[in-house]
Amino acid sequence: MVRFDGVSMRYGRAPEVLRDVTFDLAPGSFHFLTGASGAGKSSLLSLIYLAQRPSRGLIDLFGRSVAGARRNELPFLRRRIGVVFQEMRLLEHLSAFDNVALPLRIAGRKPEGYRTDVAELLTWVGLGERMHAMPATLSGGERQRLAIARAVVARPDVLLADEPTGNVDQAMALRIMRLFVELNRLGTTVLIATHDEDLVARSGRPVLHLEQGRLAKAGPTPIEPPSAYAAEAPPPEETAP
Amino acid sequence: MTTPAFDTARWKPAALLPREDARDGALTFVVAVLCFIACLAGMTALSADRAAQGWRAQLTGSATVLVRPKGDETPDAAAARAAETLAGVRGVTQAAALEKAKAEALLEPWLGRDGLLDDLPVPRLVTLDLDPKAPPSADDLAKALKTAGIDATVDDHSLWMKDIARAGRMAGLAALGVAALVGAAAAAAIAFATRAGLAARRDIVEVLHLSGAEDRFIAGLFQARFARLAATAGLFGALGAVIIGAAVRALGGADGLTPALPVSWLDLLAPIPCPLIAAIVAALAARSAAMSLLRGMN
Ligand SMILES: Nc1ncnc2c1ncn2[C@@H]1O[C@H](COP(=O)(O)OP(=O)(O)OP(=O)(O)O)[C@@H](O)[C@H]1O
Ligand SMILES: [Mg+2]
Repeated sequence: MVRFDGVSMRYGRAPEVLRDVTFDLAPGSFHFLTGASGAGKSSLLSLIYLAQRPSRGLIDLFGRSVAGARRNELPFLRRRIGVVFQEMRLLEHLSAFDNVALPLRIAGRKPEGYRTDVAELLTWVGLGERMHAMPATLSGGERQRLAIARAVVARPDVLLADEPTGNVDQAMALRIMRLFVELNRLGTTVLIATHDEDLVARSGRPVLHLEQGRLAKAGPTPIEPPSAYAAEAPPPEETAP
Repeated sequence: MTTPAFDTARWKPAALLPREDARDGALTFVVAVLCFIACLAGMTALSADRAAQGWRAQLTGSATVLVRPKGDETPDAAAARAAETLAGVRGVTQAAALEKAKAEALLEPWLGRDGLLDDLPVPRLVTLDLDPKAPPSADDLAKALKTAGIDATVDDHSLWMKDIARAGRMAGLAALGVAALVGAAAAAAIAFATRAGLAARRDIVEVLHLSGAEDRFIAGLFQARFARLAATAGLFGALGAVIIGAAVRALGGADGLTPALPVSWLDLLAPIPCPLIAAIVAALAARSAAMSLLRGMN
């Protein structure tokens, strides 16, 4: 589904921020992407959602080489990828509802066909009362959930999320993770960049770990079975000091 | 909750670009002013062309013949005979010998009124009205006079005509040049503002781009937006020019404020294409600006 082969990248003439990265995300897989701040997580994701090009190496998306794709084919590849940006990138002049509807509009779908889906999704992420609200009037966590709703609304084949639980409390973080798990169960390939070691550990999902732009050999071993998110309510837990 | 429940069924997609910003007002004003000046210049060009044509028509519709008495014929008799001869030429609608008094009045500024004229063999003038559609040539007239044995010089104003035509052409070209220059300035202003507007909305462009919008979809948004803005501005500018033109026509009649620039009601239609041209220029500028911004993105 997503395959990197010896991929390096740099911004302009700066030194490479990713070096010789090789991995393969199988269709329907669920991975975490971890690494210290500045390790290159966001940069790696930007290569997958086609905002950047590698300086070296090959990237395959959906079984075809990105380098070989014509420019006018790229939008159609992008539509199959949902992205929760680290900075969220909500359109501030559009309501929550319009923000979520955006990918569907861009894909040329008719409002009658998706209105109820958008409303349902917004309700599901807990924004049912704030559909008409402008992003500026939302809290950090609400904005985050809005960004997530926009990323998943078009049922993408690949979902990339950059720190999707950075601004939400534990309960909401688990709720969001359950949404990702649910999407993954429906066939979406998921890759989540996060600092939240606890979240990673609880998931038991495989990890791609970046260290200064290089992919470490193997991620930390799962310590809990993947069923950790299955519970409806978050398990009682001591708050970390 | 105080806010009314959101009615999903009545939701309509909002405009993808922010509606207004401060720059738009300034841009509308600048484009409107430039369109106004361009329209005025265009109307002036039409008017100058009409003035030149009017003068040409007046000149082709008339000719003057200078008759010199020969032998014992009195000047008046010679003039009368010339008028008679010329009246028979095809294309001459009327021929009249200028009376002595009139001829003297014409010469008075140069010769004074001291009775000198009685002693001088003053040449007589015959004025001709010609059919402007098929005026006889100076040669035709000279030949007829020669056949009748009259010594005369024909002036069909062709010398003047060339000057008049050139002056009219120059005035028209100058006005057209101003119109074109101002039009180009308007186009440049639109292009510049479009670029600035796009750069300011780069974040929106980027989100649309990364959400899988095609280049032409994004460019189309800006195209429509700036075309609408320029069309509005062009409309105001054109309207202003038409109002000025109508006022000139109404106050000054067919001659306008000066016979040099006659205004016709039809001239007031000239600014009609202005909003359309402004919109097309803006659309093209927006398209090229958007495309170059997008090409900078992967
Ligand atoms: N647009 C950019 N232009 C130039 N350099 C950049 C740009 N974005 C990131 N970098 C650099 O690339 C390196 C990797 O950054 P990146 O954002 O990928 O790290 P990250 O792992 O996502 O960090 P964080 O956890 O803090 O989000 C950093 O050294 C950063 O300074
Ligand atoms: Mg990052």
